[in-house]
Amino acid sequence: MTPSPVTPPPVAPFVIDVRELRTHLVTRWGTVRAVDGVSFAIGEGETLGLVGESGSGKSMTCLSLVRLVPRPAARILGGQVLLDGLDVLTRSEDEMRRIRGRRIGMILQDPMSSLNPVFSIGMQMREPVALYHGLRGAALTDRAVALLAAVRIPSPAQRLRAFPHQLSGGMRQRVVGAMAIAAPPRLLIADEPTTSLDLTIQAQYLGLLKELQQRHRFALIFVTHNLGIVAKICDRVAVMYAGRIVEMGPVRRLFTRPAHPYSRALLESIPRLGARAERLTAIEGQPPDLARLPGGCAFAPRCPHVMERCRVEAPPERPVGDGHVARCWLETPA
Amino acid sequence: MPAEPAAFALPETAVPAAASRGWRLPIFPLGVIGLFLLVALVAPLLGLPDPHAQSLRNRFKPPVWEDAGSWKHPLGTDRLGRDMLSRIVWGSRISLSAGVITVLLASAFGAAVGLTAGYYGGRVDAVLMRVTDATMSFPVILLALILAVTVGPSFTNVVVAIAVILWARYARVMRGQVLTLMQLDFIAQARLAGAGAWRIITRHLVPNTLGTLLVLVTLQIGYVIIVEASLSFLGAGIPPPTPAWGSMIAEGRDVVTSAWWVSLFPGLAILLVVLAFNLLGDWLRDTFDPKLRQL
Repeated sequence: MTPSPVTPPPVAPFVIDVRELRTHLVTRWGTVRAVDGVSFAIGEGETLGLVGESGSGKSMTCLSLVRLVPRPAARILGGQVLLDGLDVLTRSEDEMRRIRGRRIGMILQDPMSSLNPVFSIGMQMREPVALYHGLRGAALTDRAVALLAAVRIPSPAQRLRAFPHQLSGGMRQRVVGAMAIAAPPRLLIADEPTTSLDLTIQAQYLGLLKELQQRHRFALIFVTHNLGIVAKICDRVAVMYAGRIVEMGPVRRLFTRPAHPYSRALLESIPRLGARAERLTAIEGQPPDLARLPGGCAFAPRCPHVMERCRVEAPPERPVGDGHVARCWLETPA
Repeated sequence: MPAEPAAFALPETAVPAAASRGWRLPIFPLGVIGLFLLVALVAPLLGLPDPHAQSLRNRFKPPVWEDAGSWKHPLGTDRLGRDMLSRIVWGSRISLSAGVITVLLASAFGAAVGLTAGYYGGRVDAVLMRVTDATMSFPVILLALILAVTVGPSFTNVVVAIAVILWARYARVMRGQVLTLMQLDFIAQARLAGAGAWRIITRHLVPNTLGTLLVLVTLQIGYVIIVEASLSFLGAGIPPPTPAWGSMIAEGRDVVTSAWWVSLFPGLAILLVVLAFNLLGDWLRDTFDPKLRQL
């Protein structure tokens, strides 16, 4: 376990480069633009936090990257998803199956149901490892044990014989993590993996993720509601609202100088210890109905700084600082 | 407990009910089913009289405990002087094999349909489930009567007639199970790890539905035995002279007031076997799948 040097490599070609991704859902109530022109890029060993309200398109964006959007309602309509320079969206379904797990790993939210209850941990661990590395017999078991050890599971060789119900939520999530890094992947997507874990376990798990990332240098997308976690483990953060990234930038900069009123409101809604505010600031109004978006900026109906222009024309993405972009007319001189 | 309560002792009730009940095997159902299976398997070795051998001089001999009875025919004889015990033993081959073969055919086909419908969903699901609904609305007995009249009654036709309709139940139940399972993250996780349809169905869906399938199969064997007996009773089942419990009851119904044993013993055999399968099915359900009360 020699950790590789911590300094990130020079900003080489990105591991994942998403350009103008659009995924729409066709429902009885109309077409929902779940992902509506999302672009971002992540380098090796870098972590992007994806934050936003429920229904803002975070999960749909992630599922689009591996082309597992819920069929038949959802359709990826356009854009590019370049994984090490090659577009994932143009691959055949067979090629896609070899990309999933091997090159893009994903960890889901619910550790209680993310393992098959009828098979032992060992049987479930061996399957992806055999698939990715073509190992069999003792070598296969050794690799499975090594993976469990890598996610800090005590006495991993014994744990191979355990069934999912015999492990705690934190342990199960570690097993899922071990399976997700079995390849190891180039990109790991973690969709709120710690939401259902308790706080101390959460901290351990996040530490573990960072450690694995340093060892394997994968790009990490961390989807969460929890801005505290973003501050702790992400290099950059993208704020999503109504299917778009409304602001994206380095964590420190975006947290201290948010440019978009929505990001500002999100940050103000975090309770702070010792702060004098009597009440927490809630964001006025409801999240928009994605099937009936207003013509201009989607946030306009809830925005305290709304202007005439906002209701007519959607603001384009503009740089507002070093590596910091936002979609807001306030930041764009007319 | 009269002793001073230990502060940190768990109350007795904290032990889960299932754990305290332990692993109790259902002796009666397993015994009955085991006995009938054994007897059916070794029927030729039991040294019983030929079930087809007629002897008009020995018609309507009562069972051994009646005054006119004898150990030659422990359960008496029927209208043609055939040995009742022997016919019931040979009849168990028909009933049990009809039950097992029919249910295996129906469950294999039904499970495949249910898995496909639940996994693919959408239009595939809609079409398959409408076919299933239509099938379920068709009475088994009617189909068997039609087959018996047009093709002629036979063991194969009975099995086909029941299986062709029975699969629909399996399809429904399996689809329901699959729909529930598909919501769980381990299916999504398998897909995210690069698993295809075949792998997900065989490695994740089938193993997680086997318990339910086993319960349903066991419960249905009893049902099929009843249906087969009803068809034989109506003359649309296994044709005479092959001994089948249903047709044996039918043969005795005119003389039930005088020679009651001709109808009673095959009836008891059906009752015992079906009851045993139902009890075993209930036990399996409670053990493997307590959520499935509706089956």
